[in-house]
Amino acid sequence: MARIPVLRLKNVLVVSLQVEMEDRVAIDLQEDILSTLARTGAGGLIVDVSGVEVVDSFLGRIIGDTARMASMMGANTVLVGIQPAVAITLTELGLVFSNVRTALNLEKGLALLKADLE
Amino acid sequence: MTLDASVLDILQETDIVAARSRGKELARAMGFGMVDQTRIATGISELARNILQYARKGRIQLRSLSESGRAGLEIVAEDEGPGIPHINAVLDGTARSPRGLGLGILGTRRLMDEFEVRTEAGQGTRVRCVKWL
Repeated sequence: MARIPVLRLKNVLVVSLQVEMEDRVAIDLQEDILSTLARTGAGGLIVDVSGVEVVDSFLGRIIGDTARMASMMGANTVLVGIQPAVAITLTELGLVFSNVRTALNLEKGLALLKADLE
Repeated sequence: MTLDASVLDILQETDIVAARSRGKELARAMGFGMVDQTRIATGISELARNILQYARKGRIQLRSLSESGRAGLEIVAEDEGPGIPHINAVLDGTARSPRGLGLGILGTRRLMDEFEVRTEAGQGTRVRCVKWL
């Protein structure tokens, strides 16, 4: 099954979620992110969901958990690119990312992390 | 009046994505906007996941309805699993399962225009929802 690449941009890891994520892919990605954090010592993580059309409670929980785990390993997470329909649906569903910072897009997310790391 | 119906077996994880994709396609073809397409796809995802988690297998039926001049998309999720104990507590938000059934069921109800659930211990669960165009 396809794996999502974990990219490294200086001190920040960037992952871009795919349109239709199966559960297994999301779980594998979580493990890949954490092992790459451990290997590289990156201080930031950006999760880009601009291409994702559906975030259900499972994927939402995985994203929230991953941010918590990354935080335990010293990395700050920023979730970027939430589409309007996804923001509306997530709110109605009752899912809140209480401990995850968000930014409109990749560029703004990187700027947020850069400010943290300086 | 029913215009179109499809029954999707929910037997494994990949069936969740298949079911919600089909629902989204149907919603788009019926003329639902982007936000409603997303609500419908997300609701189907929650219902399909509940089937797998709690009953192991079941099915989701999608139909386009036409009722006194208005169109709607009906989703029926059925299984022959153990049933949902304390369904009333789940629906009024006072009970939440450790694995998140509360969020799935309650959240889906908020995403839909009509929502009803019938469940019986040892017999199974049937959730029916409608989103009107």
